[in-house]
Amino acid sequence: MRYLPKSPTDREAMLKAIGAKSIDDLFAPIPAEYRLNRDLKVPRQMAESEIVDWFRERSRENGDGQAIFLGAGAYYHYRPVIIDSLILRGEFLTAYTPYQAEISQGTLQSIFEFQTMISELTGMEVANASMYDGSTAAAEAVMMAVRLTGRRSVAVARSVHPEYREVLATYAFHQGMPLATVPFTENGRLDLKALESAITSDTACVLVQSPNFFGTIEDVEAVAEIAHRKGAMLVVSIAEAISLGIIEPPRSADVIAMEAQSFGVPLGFGGPYCGVIATHEQYVRQMPGRLVGQTTDRSGKRGFVLTLATREQHIRREKATSNICTNQALIALMANIFMTVYGKIGLKELARQNLAKTAYAAQQFGKHARVLFPGAPRFNEFVVQTSEDPYAINSRLLGHKIVGGLPLKKFYPELGNAALWCCTELSTRSAIDTAAGLVAESERSVRSAREETAEEVAR
Amino acid sequence: MKHMTRKATRHVSQNEGLIFEKSSPGKAAWKLPPLDVPEVDTNELLGPLERKHLGNMPEVSEIEIIRHFTRLSTWNYAIDLGMYPLGSCTMKYNPRVNEVVSRLDGLANGHPYQPEKISQGALRIIKTLSDCLLEITGMDEITLQPAAGAHGELTGLLLVRAYHDSKGVPRKKVLIPDSAHGTNPATAATVGYAVENLKSNASGMVDIAALEAQMNEEVAALMLTNPNTLGIFEQEIHKIADILHAKGGLLYMDGANMNALVGKVRPGDFGVDVMHLNLHKTFSTPHGGGGPGSGPVAIKKVLEPFLPTPVLISKPDGTLGFDYDRPQSVGRVRAFYGNFGMFVRALAYILANGPDGLRQTTEDAVLNANYIRNGLEGPYDLPYASASMHEVVFSDKLQAKKGVRTMDIAKRLIDYGFHPYTTAFPLIVPGALMIEPTESESKEELDLFVEAMKAIAEEVEDDAEIVRTAPHSTRVARLDETAAARRPVLRWKPEA
Repeated sequence: MRYLPKSPTDREAMLKAIGAKSIDDLFAPIPAEYRLNRDLKVPRQMAESEIVDWFRERSRENGDGQAIFLGAGAYYHYRPVIIDSLILRGEFLTAYTPYQAEISQGTLQSIFEFQTMISELTGMEVANASMYDGSTAAAEAVMMAVRLTGRRSVAVARSVHPEYREVLATYAFHQGMPLATVPFTENGRLDLKALESAITSDTACVLVQSPNFFGTIEDVEAVAEIAHRKGAMLVVSIAEAISLGIIEPPRSADVIAMEAQSFGVPLGFGGPYCGVIATHEQYVRQMPGRLVGQTTDRSGKRGFVLTLATREQHIRREKATSNICTNQALIALMANIFMTVYGKIGLKELARQNLAKTAYAAQQFGKHARVLFPGAPRFNEFVVQTSEDPYAINSRLLGHKIVGGLPLKKFYPELGNAALWCCTELSTRSAIDTAAGLVAESERSVRSAREETAEEVAR
Repeated sequence: MKHMTRKATRHVSQNEGLIFEKSSPGKAAWKLPPLDVPEVDTNELLGPLERKHLGNMPEVSEIEIIRHFTRLSTWNYAIDLGMYPLGSCTMKYNPRVNEVVSRLDGLANGHPYQPEKISQGALRIIKTLSDCLLEITGMDEITLQPAAGAHGELTGLLLVRAYHDSKGVPRKKVLIPDSAHGTNPATAATVGYAVENLKSNASGMVDIAALEAQMNEEVAALMLTNPNTLGIFEQEIHKIADILHAKGGLLYMDGANMNALVGKVRPGDFGVDVMHLNLHKTFSTPHGGGGPGSGPVAIKKVLEPFLPTPVLISKPDGTLGFDYDRPQSVGRVRAFYGNFGMFVRALAYILANGPDGLRQTTEDAVLNANYIRNGLEGPYDLPYASASMHEVVFSDKLQAKKGVRTMDIAKRLIDYGFHPYTTAFPLIVPGALMIEPTESESKEELDLFVEAMKAIAEEVEDDAEIVRTAPHSTRVARLDETAAARRPVLRWKPEA
């Protein structure tokens, strides 16, 4: 086996040193009746070339080269090549969690920079080293608010990513936390009147997403005012991190739970991604996850360490703020490098391109179909309502190597034949035009079929 | 240094400030293509929501970024540099072909919501890995959704809870041995269970009599790590399972130490009902400085109705798809399907090994641990004489007489070119040195390690101060953790 650095002679010499007759002696503690005396039924050992071929075949079966108009919590942005050149360095890729600060300063300093940039972008005072993803970060942020307020229930906007809400429901159910869902209005934003009545004296926090699942930017200030007036905290989930380049961050939030996938993390069929929680300094001791802090060594030199570990499971066990241990360090490093590449000016320009592509696309689609939720600003997603079932339209689009918007029937049946479309800087005008053209064609054919039926009825 | 180490010497280590300290206006590492749609008036579109300033984000050029992170990287220890004997962390070689195949276009750029018709490759990977893991564990069903080990524990206990709830008799407690990882009690609390501590016996194993006394109809499950964190296989595992099952409880196995078992024995065969695996331990996906992980949960048939949604299914037409209609499901534990990129890597590892390679891997891992045990018994105190599997736990009892503790020895090990072992864990061994070499170490590297540890033991006798003040060869040493926690500085700020 090519990963094993031992010759048969080495093994013999080692067994001899130990005083064992054969390797079986070392497995003697396992009761004989449970020992597996056969080969595992897994595929035979493959050569590296065969492994590459096997996965190439899977890659081809997985569609390749389509123009993608899907977003909904996973965004297709360009990834600068230096991200992979750097994270593939063995010193980053194959390092452990930086508990031993003396030989982990590379990881620690880069996490400190990550925490700084996330704080800058979110307008918060502190950010942690990462969480699993945006959905679990949102659930953990809510539980943080529960600990901070001593209240038990949560008001969740229905315009939060449906799968994030499902994850929250899973966590909340077993914590005995009641969830109230708050509807959205015609402009796609949270219904503030409904929110007023949804918040009770037991509401720990309000959870909104902005830009929300439909791409609409919430009026976070107004939501914050209501939540705070009633003694609840405001947790804001951000699924599309690029929006922070051009949209004011939700500074009135108490906790921000983010998904940083847009910052240079491949779509990768849904993971690994990079969650992160940001908040105000005063709440840091209730924050879940790892934190890196600056300190000095014995000669007074600046250095970094994992800190405030008394919040964590390996110290506090059942009294920890969360059971999280392994997080998404390498993915956070991807995000870190991405943020460094684009920086202060580039992120804004990148966000502006996303905004422009989306404005153009919404306009093109709007000529023939209905673009829902007008009247509130959006970032890079929009909902298109068609006469025909979007699944049928999408299957025709696929013939043109285009993956159309996400049909919403499963999540929002009340929206009818609606689909959530997403444009990024990688959406070309020609793909947008083709997609909008096919949607227009669908509208025309449905309309003419209707007219024909109407004429027949008239005759 | 009294003993010249054969493994490490000093080398140039460049100073490198924070990226913000290199920033100056006008530098850039990015270039966007010309916009092919009309420009927009952001003020008109966004009004007051438009962001004007991005705070103290850096402005630097590409070469500076490359040098910055490359210099930082040289301050890290890594498996690629040498042995990482962290107990229960299983720091093994991360094969590079895993990285190549996970970056193939169709996999790296696959959108989680793209139609099933063009997702068959990804689904086939999930299916193949699931089948392999079920065969390896001897379990019946599996979910790959959990994002890491602790997340797997959470999922596993949710399943346990749903199972008992479905019987109409919810239970209140989870039993956890005193040798368990901290995540176990933290997870039980997250799921709403009270944690009850279970004492180990003199051999470092579960005390069967204590278990019998503590087991009753209020106990939902026992969370057991096997081999346990002392590296000892629970020899009375069948009795443990029987005691639990007799009172309607379930046996949860923390699979952190699965590297001792693959191809030799299957948890499903010795009575485990639910367990998690750590793909970033046993199945070679990189730790990456603390993640991403992946924590699949494998279960017996009785727990199947409760699996998180969605569940992968084979359709009548031979294609694969997801089933979302699962009325008894515990719900989702994560958006999408889990850390798919880690599935690709773990499967590549299994394919590279095959049945013979997996078995040899386990044998070598156990051989290596026993070789170290043999080499260090004597110079170091071995608190439990029971046979070791893939890891061995010593204590600092002998060295403590000279005022040297396990953390000091660990720090001194750095000077000899090794990453420290796990210190002060498991909690049942005061001053523990927990050592897991994994199969990835050659005899030569193991000999160097044993030599280094013996040399440190001698130093403790002759010149304890040099050990107490180690490390002496790193850029920074003995960072002030107390100050860091007392007045946390968690981000950079420009000087006022």
